[in-house]
Amino acid sequence: MVGKGSLGERIFDKFNIVLLTFIMIITLYPVIYVLFASLSDSNALLAHTGLLFKPLGLNVDAYKAVINNPNIVTGYCVTLFVVIVGTFLNVFVTAISAFVLTRKQFPLNKVLLVFIVFTMYFGGGMIPRYLFINDTLGMGNSIWALMLPGLISTYNLIIMRTNFQSIPDSLEESAKIDGANDITIFFKIILPLSKAIIAVMVLMYGVGHWNAWFDAMLFIRSRDLYPLQIILREILISNSTDSMIASGAGGDIEAIGESIKYATIVVSTVPILCVYPFVQKYFTKGVMIGAVKG
Amino acid sequence: MAKVALVQGEEVKKPKVSLGTKMKKEWNRNKYVYALAIPLIAYYAIFHYGPMYGIVMAFQDYSIVDGISGSPFIGLDNFIKFFESHYFWRLIRNTLALSIQNILWGFPAPLILALLLNEVKHKKFKKAVQTITYLPHFISLVVVCGMLNQFLARDGFITSLLSSLGLVEQTNLLAIKEYFRTIYVASGIWQEIGWGTIIYLAALSGVDEQLYEAAAIDGANRFKRLIHVTLPSIAPTIIMLFILRVGQVMSVGFEKVILLYNPQTYETADVLSTYIYRYGLGGSFDYGYTTAIGLFSSLINFILVILANQFSKKVSETSLW
Repeated sequence: MVGKGSLGERIFDKFNIVLLTFIMIITLYPVIYVLFASLSDSNALLAHTGLLFKPLGLNVDAYKAVINNPNIVTGYCVTLFVVIVGTFLNVFVTAISAFVLTRKQFPLNKVLLVFIVFTMYFGGGMIPRYLFINDTLGMGNSIWALMLPGLISTYNLIIMRTNFQSIPDSLEESAKIDGANDITIFFKIILPLSKAIIAVMVLMYGVGHWNAWFDAMLFIRSRDLYPLQIILREILISNSTDSMIASGAGGDIEAIGESIKYATIVVSTVPILCVYPFVQKYFTKGVMIGAVKG
Repeated sequence: MAKVALVQGEEVKKPKVSLGTKMKKEWNRNKYVYALAIPLIAYYAIFHYGPMYGIVMAFQDYSIVDGISGSPFIGLDNFIKFFESHYFWRLIRNTLALSIQNILWGFPAPLILALLLNEVKHKKFKKAVQTITYLPHFISLVVVCGMLNQFLARDGFITSLLSSLGLVEQTNLLAIKEYFRTIYVASGIWQEIGWGTIIYLAALSGVDEQLYEAAAIDGANRFKRLIHVTLPSIAPTIIMLFILRVGQVMSVGFEKVILLYNPQTYETADVLSTYIYRYGLGGSFDYGYTTAIGLFSSLINFILVILANQFSKKVSETSLW
């Protein structure tokens, strides 16, 4: 560790590469294991312990069982509905609200900001929230309970406000002289200039809806409104593959249960993992915008 | 504000402008903004401030039949019942231990990875490490916990691997209470380490090159440059993230605990929020008592955020507000 470009530093570089490669392997291997296990012959998988370096045999029965499972199909539909409609509402309302908070001539915006930020640090708590949404608002067992209670994320709202503030005032001023009102300014000037931040918001809210399960567990009681994550929880954690096997592709019932779990993971995770390399830069942008706000 | 403006207007400029005209003028100027503010105000009033009314239950012997208006007030009895309950210390201990271990290991991990990545000269290799380590962030929590369930089962591959190294017994690791926190923290690092580097890498790319050059001329090797240039430059970012983490001490990711724990591990895994959930919504319907526990926990949280912020203001002039 002496001198410039010394032996020590070269050793460090080598060591660094080895270490980072090791981290990559640890990160990736569980995912690869799931993939191999899902394609494996179920009996061979059940008999096997330890690492997998290739699928044991090649068998897609588990995938057939997953795709034929009505629960997975309805779960997918509910989740897609919530992701599409919910995200649209999220982004639209967040954008409008961020716009309101950036109106300099609006007398309420300082008060509103305090009103909003306070909720980041204090809330009613789980039980009052549950009773209020379920009983007072009567939203129990309604798909709206998965979308409206989280309509605006305060964090995202503040990120978006910061972003809108960076749009030069001069554009608005000239529009105002031409007689544009605030609504026109929002749709014709602010929104078209904010495509990047809107993309970031769509991704953050969208992934949030995709992953959400707790509110569904609290509020949803009928099975045909269960989002995908609740079905996944039943299959993967509460160990109930029975319903699947009945509707599944036959074969050794006990054995197929194991590979069904892995196939379920693949089927439910692949869509997001396929999209992610293409949208990664928007996510990283989102994290960084958040950091600037501090 | 409005009143001051009004008084000034009356005294200095137009003595005859009435409040009504003022309001009309303000309405004309901002009517569209008021309209656009409706969803914002309605959302926060209903979904954030609405449930706060329910906090009253914490001071009541709440019964579902009588509701908030009909249930008798019992002062702080719910809180006292909780402080005297034999779960109190277990819940406090578990919440703090899980949180602190999570911060202790989970906070430095992405920072270290970012520093290591920052030393990599090969661009494509760096990009590959980033892309791969970001990936687990996109796997849903339910699926991650499902994977843990499989891998840590008696014949799961992680169990087999660890037991062949003689580190654990060949058994379901999620049923052993001593391992719960380690599993929780380690899987969290696995999932979030890469994602956590983004902020640090952004901060690192902003460090002034000239500082490095100057340090190199002064004879500082890479390790010394790391200590004397890199770390001080990104310290504000580190401190900011640290305050945010400390503020969440009492609200550990309880959704993950619910997905991972079971009666065999309650001894170490049960935290305040999971207890509230299980006890309050899982059958006892003792809403007053569980609301009191929730209020206790959010008050501590609130105090911690303020303390962390004050502390950081003193130490580093970096603060949230």
